[in-house]
Amino acid sequence: MKELIILSALGVLSLIAGLLKIKRPFMVVVIAGLLLNISVCVMDWNHNENLYNMMTLDNFALAFTIVSSSLAILWFIVANAYFQNSNTFSDHYALVLFSMTGGLLMVSFTNMVMLFLGIEVLSIPLFVLAGSHKTSMRSNEAAFKYFLLGAFASAFLLFGIALLYGSTGHFDNAGISAFLGANKLSGMALAGIVLMLGAMTFKVSAAPFHFWAPDVYQGSPTMITTFMATFVKTVAFAGFYRLFFLTFMPVRPEYALLFAVIAAVTMLVSNLIASAQSNVKRLLAYSSISHAGFMVITLLCMNNSSAGILLYYTLVYSISSIIAFSIFKWVKTHSAENEEISAFKGLLSRSPFLAVVMTFALLSMSGIPPLSGFMAKYMVFTAAIDNGFMWVAICGIAGSLMAVYYYFKIIIAMFAEVHESSEIKVPANLRFVLIVCSIALLALMLFPSQISSLI
Amino acid sequence: MLTLLLILLPLISGFILLLTGSKNARQIALVLSLIEFGLALFALSTLKSGAVESLNYNIPWIPNMGISFHLGMDGISMLMVLLSTMLMPLIVFASFNKTYNNAHTLYALMMLMQSAMVGSFVAMDGFLFYIFWEVSLIPIFFIILMWGGENRQKTTFKFFIYTLFGSLFMLVALIYLYLHTANHSFDIQALYAAGRSLPLVEQGLIMGAFFLAFAIKMPVFPFHTWQPSTYVAAPTPGVMVLGGVMSKMATYGLIRWVLPMVPDGVHEYGYLIIGLSVVSIIYASCIAIIQKDFKYLIAYASIAHIGLISAGIFAMNMQSLQGSLMEMMSHGINTVGLFFAYDIIYNRMHTSEMSKLGGIRGVESRFAFLFFIIVLSNIALPFTNGFIGEFLLLLGVFQTNMVAASFAGLSIILGAVYMLRAFQKMMLGETNSLTLHFPKLEKQELITLSIIVILIVVMGVYPKPILEITESSIQTLLQGIQ
Repeated sequence: MKELIILSALGVLSLIAGLLKIKRPFMVVVIAGLLLNISVCVMDWNHNENLYNMMTLDNFALAFTIVSSSLAILWFIVANAYFQNSNTFSDHYALVLFSMTGGLLMVSFTNMVMLFLGIEVLSIPLFVLAGSHKTSMRSNEAAFKYFLLGAFASAFLLFGIALLYGSTGHFDNAGISAFLGANKLSGMALAGIVLMLGAMTFKVSAAPFHFWAPDVYQGSPTMITTFMATFVKTVAFAGFYRLFFLTFMPVRPEYALLFAVIAAVTMLVSNLIASAQSNVKRLLAYSSISHAGFMVITLLCMNNSSAGILLYYTLVYSISSIIAFSIFKWVKTHSAENEEISAFKGLLSRSPFLAVVMTFALLSMSGIPPLSGFMAKYMVFTAAIDNGFMWVAICGIAGSLMAVYYYFKIIIAMFAEVHESSEIKVPANLRFVLIVCSIALLALMLFPSQISSLI
Repeated sequence: MLTLLLILLPLISGFILLLTGSKNARQIALVLSLIEFGLALFALSTLKSGAVESLNYNIPWIPNMGISFHLGMDGISMLMVLLSTMLMPLIVFASFNKTYNNAHTLYALMMLMQSAMVGSFVAMDGFLFYIFWEVSLIPIFFIILMWGGENRQKTTFKFFIYTLFGSLFMLVALIYLYLHTANHSFDIQALYAAGRSLPLVEQGLIMGAFFLAFAIKMPVFPFHTWQPSTYVAAPTPGVMVLGGVMSKMATYGLIRWVLPMVPDGVHEYGYLIIGLSVVSIIYASCIAIIQKDFKYLIAYASIAHIGLISAGIFAMNMQSLQGSLMEMMSHGINTVGLFFAYDIIYNRMHTSEMSKLGGIRGVESRFAFLFFIIVLSNIALPFTNGFIGEFLLLLGVFQTNMVAASFAGLSIILGAVYMLRAFQKMMLGETNSLTLHFPKLEKQELITLSIIVILIVVMGVYPKPILEITESSIQTLLQGIQ
């Protein structure tokens, strides 16, 4: 309960701050609030607080809240400029914080209604934020596309819930699960499950419902894209996992193959398309889709240890994403708004620090030791092979190889090409976040089980 | 503890060089790598005194995944550690007359690579081995990318993707074995037990997956296509490490991770690999004969020698394994020697096209003489280290597979053809307008070449100490297989 209050209160506070025109110090308030949120989560550990049978703050929910709040703190520090430059900073703060509240609902629901509410509260602010570059065509396009398709997905989700209610007579996840375990699976219930699967696949941007992601990621302001690729992805996956773990485990054999196909197709298609991209933002969008494919494997191999793997994977991926997107933004602004790979040419001579940290992030994303991205992929592959899905693991490996191809295009551009261009100065907030993230990427490799056996 | 120190010292040295950005990076790197060599010698004496346990280092790393930080050394590991720690100071010293941009970064990367290579030689945990194996790729990638020659972007790319492709198959094989261990562990003994309990066909597949990773790195035909262009693009210190030590990581991997893990698979399907290796020997030798550029010639000659080593490993008997280890040592030293000779020629003449050179012997006979000994070792003349290795190898392969051995024997004849032809074209004949002004060898170059030549002759005349290091370990290995 406290977590929910803290996050919503922060959102309301930011609106008041807008009225009083307190601009600069408000960042401190937000970060303090999020730190408070994290400490409250730590204190609630193992308490399994149940709220009116609508949501339960179990360890799964708390772990994902801690991880996503930490990511949000890093994000807020990096995105400082995004808020400072806008006249409507308080709206933006409020929208992000409300979206985070939705995220909290999504990781802790125990009732379909809360799941739906969570998704909506998470998404609607994002539709607005995607279009927050009001004068940019692309930003408007992104918002519009995201909104229309998101509304479709929500309709699918609702219809799925309705069908499930019709066939089982329950809205709460435990009730549905018990019913499915006791009775033979009816066609209506299966249709409901598949519809919900489709809607969630859309939210996490996995194939075959990933088409919105590249356009929306590219059109949105870079900082909002970062938020979508890190925080939103993390909680959406947590919600996806929670839905299937709490509700549909009894009928898992019926749909497991579907997950296998989704994972394999996502990993192959997105990496293939990403190899052909020259726009870095779009490339990172496809890379984000491909990582969704790897994360789907944890849903495919759902057992007691897979939630930990998902937590670890989302954390590692989000950290590398924060690095990649924020460096991309900084390099872009210093290269005449060039979004192509060519903007990275000779980054080593322009700013060795940025080049090295970016290399860390890209190596981690491509899954090469000693960066923790390797450990994440290793865990996922092991889970897949352990559950008899060797072919999915092989698809993943093929995908990883293709991924190396496009990540290394950027690395090679940074290191090999000499480019006569001005030096890039790194502001303190960016430097701080990049250092924290790099250390985290190395430390998570050394101590993976501290995260993965948390839940 | 000593083993851990062998990994940590170059790692720390690397970071020191990287962070201090010292102007004396070369000297510091030389001193640090000599200390590392000293440590390796100390480890050797420990091993000889029979205190094998003190070289063991085993602490749990990720207990709930059965991964431990397990290092250990037997004679086979020891020899490889000696090779890499001995070559590193030599390689650093060989680069003393060159000035590289950002030299401290270059030497730092070399040190990091040393750490990863030693790590892969002493890792006794499958996961750990894989980590070291992969990590060693990153420094060499950046060395070639930042200091390489023409076309380096394309070549490094190809090199990296190629090797990673193979490694990922090895990863799958490792995970598969890990899931078949009794209580999910990556410990080498547990993996051995798991591998040996597998049915024959699966053993064959595991062998194939491992071999793919190692064959690309060695390289063996038809997985060699990255190698010549990478060798040519790489800067001299990089190519020396690549050809001298990194290719041995793969052959060592075969001995450590494939033979004892899936012995039945090797017995059953090993002849396929021996066949492939023999094809590799003949193919690479023939291509080496028609090369116009000396650096390409060294690259193909290297493939031919490695092919013989690979055939010897899969012949799986005392002589062939002893021979392959001996040949790994001598190939490492000779490759560094050949590349150094290339470097000397290229720095002076700015070309390594053999037809443009000639008659260098008339101008600088000391160089021609030392170079000639290196060439002789490459064609396995008695009293050179190359002879010991190749003789034992052919003897060993002959016992297992007579046909393969008779074809593999061609390697010596063909080797003589391309090596002597290269020597003749560059060193003998008429001195032309280009080579007329071949500057004399500098002191540092003379010392480096002399060290290499002394090593070649000493190992060739008195190979016993080296063979003794590995003998008992190979015996244990072969007993485990039968």
